[in-house]
Amino acid sequence: MTHHETVYPKRPWKATKSDLIPVIGLLVLAAVVDYAVVAVTPMKGKLAYAFLFFVFGAGFQMALKWKQLGRRAAVDSLAGSVAISGAALAFIPVASLLITAVTKGLKGLYPGFFIHDMSVANYQSPLNQGGVLPAIVGTLYLIVIATLISLPLSLLTALYLTEIKGKASGFIQFLIQAMSGIPSVVAGVFIYSAFLLTTSLRGSTIMGALALSILMIPTVTRTAQEVLLLVPRDLREAGLALGATQWKTVATIVVPAARNGLITAVILGVARIAGETAPLLFTIGVSNKVNLNPLSGGQASLPIYIWGGLGDGSETGINRAWSAILVLLIIVLTLFVIARVFGTRKVKTK
Amino acid sequence: MSSTVLEHPTPEKRHITTKPRPSDVAFRATLNVMSYSSLLILAAIGGFLAYRGYDAFKHNGIGFITKVDWNSSAGDGNGPYGMAAMIVGTLVISLVALVIGVPISVLTALFLTYYAPEGLKKALVTVVDLMASFPSILYGLWGFIVLAPMATYWAKLVYKYLGWIPFLSVPQPAFDRSPFLAGIVLSIMIIPIVTSISREIFAQTPLERIQAAYALGATRWGMIRAVVLPFGASGVVGGAMLGLGRALGETVAVYSVLNIVFKINWHILYGFGGNVASMIVLKFGEASFNEKKALLAAGFVLFVMTLLVNIVANSVVSRAVKSGK
Repeated sequence: MTHHETVYPKRPWKATKSDLIPVIGLLVLAAVVDYAVVAVTPMKGKLAYAFLFFVFGAGFQMALKWKQLGRRAAVDSLAGSVAISGAALAFIPVASLLITAVTKGLKGLYPGFFIHDMSVANYQSPLNQGGVLPAIVGTLYLIVIATLISLPLSLLTALYLTEIKGKASGFIQFLIQAMSGIPSVVAGVFIYSAFLLTTSLRGSTIMGALALSILMIPTVTRTAQEVLLLVPRDLREAGLALGATQWKTVATIVVPAARNGLITAVILGVARIAGETAPLLFTIGVSNKVNLNPLSGGQASLPIYIWGGLGDGSETGINRAWSAILVLLIIVLTLFVIARVFGTRKVKTK
Repeated sequence: MSSTVLEHPTPEKRHITTKPRPSDVAFRATLNVMSYSSLLILAAIGGFLAYRGYDAFKHNGIGFITKVDWNSSAGDGNGPYGMAAMIVGTLVISLVALVIGVPISVLTALFLTYYAPEGLKKALVTVVDLMASFPSILYGLWGFIVLAPMATYWAKLVYKYLGWIPFLSVPQPAFDRSPFLAGIVLSIMIIPIVTSISREIFAQTPLERIQAAYALGATRWGMIRAVVLPFGASGVVGGAMLGLGRALGETVAVYSVLNIVFKINWHILYGFGGNVASMIVLKFGEASFNEKKALLAAGFVLFVMTLLVNIVANSVVSRAVKSGK
């Protein structure tokens, strides 16, 4: 094989490196002027820095474009600056959230945090006592049971929408969308009103899992439906042409082909409910010890632990809340990454 | 030759049937039935909440929605209960969230679609998805600890310069735990959904129209204003409504930052407000049996409100997506 030099088309409209020099230079100048103005005028604080940096930065770029290319280019430059600033406003809170969670959360983390319960410690105990073991166990319990309830319902609904495509498809689709908008607190009070208000039953893991399933079903159904639609029609027709029944085709060809995508669907559903607090306030009761019985007795969970720390309001309580939220965030982020990895190869084509 | 043909008589006509086999009958029947589980769940939610809350509706009549008093200590615990302050409060903070969140989301979507370099774009799209999966209690805790002091400072600034506008004025200088703060927290929470819907719509803008605009000499902004924004407007409206649906039902984050008081407050900078969802959480723990019923009735009202908003939003979005294809 001989090596040919690839010839790329020229792109005269693209900015060259020398075009960038005045742009960057003006940004530096804007920062300097910004600093100077904040120093000499009564405007103070981060807000003043940010606002004036936008004014000077965008202003200088506009002036440059105006001089180079005229008024329309200046307006274009201003629009670009506004778009960049808007995006910055959207992403600054994320950075702040993550940084705060890590810095504040690390304070209360010690090895025992993962293996102790709260039977002898309370929120105001020193940070080296007590921990979230029951909460972690409870959260995993809730996730597993909610998945067991919602996966069959979601998968069957998704299969109805993709394999049968019956007359009611549009209506079912509509219901699933409507369901995805149910506020989490409504799911909680519904389970309370249906099972707990007038009976002798008390909050337990299964009640919490039922409430969470209501929130999980729409997410799993929609993702599963998308994934099943990606399975090539050829595969279904091949199965039927070979004499398989539709049931056999779906069970042995379509669902296995979409397996990775279906796993993604479940993980996204789990990520949706892992941090839900409001439904659990009405449904799982309380427990400061590990409770392995899903049918009776209160249950602990990470969101409720955080909620308790915030409600306690003491310094150690808030610290504990941050530590628990860090644990919860790590769980959610891990799920998110796993979903991404599976999601990149949604459907097996071989 | 003809005799040999006759030796093979025409085979008997085969019986061809399209009758499905039993396994398929069972399979299709199962799917047909199970697909209605969503209907069952929605009906059960509406039904149970309405049924349990019926007493509260009966005792208070239309006043349940139009009156402000929430009196749980009166005699037999039958009220009067009125959630007007909470409904108004919910609308106020949701509007603040939309006013702040939607422009930021649209700008972010434009930035991601037309300004960001490819690598940065991929990374930021992931971050937006990630933001959507943060637990709401994280937003609540962060809003309470980190954002609240800043928001109080911003509220004072806004009041100082724009206090002459009626809804930006305050009766007394109390700026802590205001609807303004709750609105900012909610705006951050709705940014992911509004951004991703807007981005989806913007990305569907027909390429030939974009190229036509450039060919006619438009700048990037000129192209966006003339082609992308008119094309994507309805999708943005739908996305904003989905965001509104989220904001209306948010509980934990609002509860953490808002000072909930049963009084109607239009002054967004003033330090108290309301929200139906967090009011339910606030009152539930110590509620008597009858008050619980009233709270379940409030849950029913919230359910209907969010359901309506979501139905309209979804139809707007799906129409926008279809017209794009």
